[in-house]
Amino acid sequence: MLQRLRENKSAQGTLLATPTMLWMLALLIIPLLLTLVVSFGKRSPDGDVIYTFSLDNYIRLLGYSTDCENGQASCFNPLYLQILWRSVSLAFNTTILVIVLAYPLAYFIARAQPKRRNTFLFLVLIPLWTNFVIRVYAWMMLLRKEGAINIILGWVAGLFGLDFQPLEMLYTPGAVLVGMVYEFLPFMILPIFTSLEKIDGSLYEAAADLGANAIKTFLRVTLPLSMPGVVAGTILVFIPVMGTFIVSDILGGRQVILVGNLIQRQFLDARDPTFGSAASLILMIMTLIVTYFYTRKFGFGEEIVVA
Amino acid sequence: MNPYRRHPVIQIATVLVYIFLYAPIVVLILYSFNASRTNVTFEGFIPRVSERVEMKGSLVQAAPCGAFHWFCELSKNDDVIEAAGNTLTIAFASTFVSVIIGTMAALALQRYEFKLKPFSQLSLYIPIVIPEIVMGIGILTLFSQLFGLLNGALGLTGDSRLSLGLGTVIVSHIAFSVPFVTLVVQARLQGFDKSYEEAAMDLGANEWTTFRRVTFPMILPGILSGGLLAFTLSLDDFVITFFTNGPGSTTLPIYVYGLLRKIITPQVNALSTVWVLTVFIAVLLLQMLQSREQKQH
Amino acid sequence: MASEFAVELRDVVKKFITPEGNELNAVDHVTMQIKNGEFFSMLGSSGCGKTTSLRMIAGFEWPTEGEVYIEGKPMGHTPPFQRKVNTVFQSYALFQHMTVFQNIAFGLEMEGADKNEIEKRVKRALEMVQLTGMERRKPKQLSGGQQQRVAVARALVKVPDVLLLDEPLGALDLKLRKEMQLELKALQQQLGITFVYVTHDQEEAMTMSDRIAVMSKGKVQQMGTPVEIYERPANRFVADFIGESNFLEGTIKSLSKEEAVVFVPQLNAELTGIPVSDGLVNGEEVTVSIRPEKVHISDKVLDVNSFTGRVTNTVYIGTDTHVFVDLMGKQIKVFEQNRISRLDPGSFYSIGQEVILVMWPDNVLVLKKG
Repeated sequence: MLQRLRENKSAQGTLLATPTMLWMLALLIIPLLLTLVVSFGKRSPDGDVIYTFSLDNYIRLLGYSTDCENGQASCFNPLYLQILWRSVSLAFNTTILVIVLAYPLAYFIARAQPKRRNTFLFLVLIPLWTNFVIRVYAWMMLLRKEGAINIILGWVAGLFGLDFQPLEMLYTPGAVLVGMVYEFLPFMILPIFTSLEKIDGSLYEAAADLGANAIKTFLRVTLPLSMPGVVAGTILVFIPVMGTFIVSDILGGRQVILVGNLIQRQFLDARDPTFGSAASLILMIMTLIVTYFYTRKFGFGEEIVVA
Repeated sequence: MNPYRRHPVIQIATVLVYIFLYAPIVVLILYSFNASRTNVTFEGFIPRVSERVEMKGSLVQAAPCGAFHWFCELSKNDDVIEAAGNTLTIAFASTFVSVIIGTMAALALQRYEFKLKPFSQLSLYIPIVIPEIVMGIGILTLFSQLFGLLNGALGLTGDSRLSLGLGTVIVSHIAFSVPFVTLVVQARLQGFDKSYEEAAMDLGANEWTTFRRVTFPMILPGILSGGLLAFTLSLDDFVITFFTNGPGSTTLPIYVYGLLRKIITPQVNALSTVWVLTVFIAVLLLQMLQSREQKQH
Repeated sequence: MASEFAVELRDVVKKFITPEGNELNAVDHVTMQIKNGEFFSMLGSSGCGKTTSLRMIAGFEWPTEGEVYIEGKPMGHTPPFQRKVNTVFQSYALFQHMTVFQNIAFGLEMEGADKNEIEKRVKRALEMVQLTGMERRKPKQLSGGQQQRVAVARALVKVPDVLLLDEPLGALDLKLRKEMQLELKALQQQLGITFVYVTHDQEEAMTMSDRIAVMSKGKVQQMGTPVEIYERPANRFVADFIGESNFLEGTIKSLSKEEAVVFVPQLNAELTGIPVSDGLVNGEEVTVSIRPEKVHISDKVLDVNSFTGRVTNTVYIGTDTHVFVDLMGKQIKVFEQNRISRLDPGSFYSIGQEVILVMWPDNVLVLKKG
């Protein structure tokens, strides 16, 4: 028995992988299939799922509404399309901003003296390892009307003898954007740093030797070689931003509703899991499409694991 | 030419980004010493008084613990203690399981050829490319449907019914940790020269002894960093826990989130401060250990 | 009862699937017998099957067809840890997390030897490779040469029937490599253990081996002592791979028991008095080979195999001067030893100079085609 297993490498491999694969099957793949099934179902009056094949949820997401003014039976209501669009554009804006902020820092760390590199990286890890919810809360303390930013601004205005009206920053789309950028910034810094650090120093010398100045070296050598890091970072930022509901919940109040909030409410407040599942599938399909096209163009770097 | 020279624009940007990263944390810590009970704005530090506690309006005028008033209150808060206990239980349990099965899977994927290998490798990327909330509600649906069926079939009622709790949270945390552990250990195995194992076998060690004495010690750093990743992912997780927890399995992030929607006292800040400092010390210790290990080699 | 052969490969085939999905015979019907106490080398360029053959003896690979015998016993699918052979790896494969002592002791521990015995034997092994006092070092704290010695000690401490060495000196610099060659050879003679040595370096194989198997494309091209392989290469591949050779294409014009006459159309001349090997047929197309150092440059025409040519180039390389001579459009290489000082430029042949090349019949080989 042992001898036969010893000689059957394929059986050994399968055996070793089995626990993980069972876990993935039971808690990733089956739930996704279940979501698909539920999304075609209908909600019963007491909030349960009636299994059937109905496209109602998807039609509703696309704007078909039975809740109309002036007594019409049906009308076009772009509410959910707006939510989807808001989520995509927020994720897009967040990603761009995060790249702009992360790149110089990653570049700085990658070209710091090796001894100090760890310290600088350590400083990036601390906020990352501070809890997600706590980080949103910190921004609440900063942004609210009586918060730290307004106190500082008021103090500065006072120095110049100006009259200062505290700014309304909390519960605005801007607050949500800042919160998202803050939450996901380290996820961009680390992969970019990793790919920058991998670049062989002699390439810079070669570029200089061939007559490229600092800017040309950056554009023609450094930037292209750090693209795997940017790609990995984008995936690590864009996808979670699309699905997060805490940031908009806390920093956006009821003003900024994203697809994540929509799904969460369907499961907890509105108790319509079928509609929530449909929204969730749409969200998943959107992120998969973005990831697919993005990685097809730029490749899927191993940097993703490093972070 | 100094290889470490950097453009001033880069340096200024770096400083600004670090300020951006740390300003919220500094404010968070500062407010945990706030004399204001409602924590709406900062009203100064709490003075220390050893004899009497006197309160005026919303301000804590003086308290036995002085500036650390909110930390004292925190230590008396049973909900927080319970949530902290849950958080750690979940993190340790899910890390333990995911490290073991993840390492096994990494060995399988890196060393062996088998039929389902391409599929297995691909499935590891699912949690990375799918938003957590999609996973969360999927798992919630699975559990509620499964428990509904089982409770009905087994005729379970009342407290003996299967329901969401620590178990469901741990099982779900393993699901999102395992792929990360597997990928990290796999990356370590990639650089692993097979001749070490062949040498061990050549010297008379059987497969198990070879693993125990040679392979395992050599990939241990990879396993540890995978485990560390799993542990921090679990500590940090909000979304999956949010959908899979039940009564009695509240974790700290869930607890904080619950408070944020009600009245916030500086206790939340005190909790955050403790969290930040714990993380700081843990990361510091880890770095020191790592650099010591590097020096040895 | 010990068998005559320490290791025997009988008609062994090892098939691999290439990444493109093709089947490849890495080892193609190899048969070889390695005698007890012999220093045996497998020599060939990368991909010739020498390392795969060695790995099949060690038990890291199993033959697809045929059988490996160690001390007369068929090995079948016996795992490495049940074979009385030990390996010195190309990368040394020293366990980085263990000290030198622990590395060497590992194999003894696996045998279940007691602590005292382990200590005694490790000590003796370290003396043998001149590393006494290094017990507590980690492999990374040793030089390449020292690591190599630890690898040898770790394998030899188990007193194997056969020691397998897979290019063990490949990572060392030239000077150290030459030292280690002699040391390994001395060690082998002193211990009397069979060594099977894999290398791509012909000089190394020549220096150390009692017998050499020259391999190419998964097949053994020739097996023999260093002298046999150099002086009587079995085919054009061996003649070309070991040392250097001039090749001329020709036809056997006449054949007697002792000697042959080969007509070489390129030179429009006959080579006479050539020693005969087995299996040649009159009229057969053959390749004639002669080593560059065995071509003689003469100042007058002799009565055997003398040809007039013109010098096209000379290269001075210290011990020798390589002279390139054009013989009716065919370039012939000649190595002349620098027995006299060449400081005077006049001592070299000048380009365009007319010279007479003599190929003594005993130095000319006739090789079968194909």
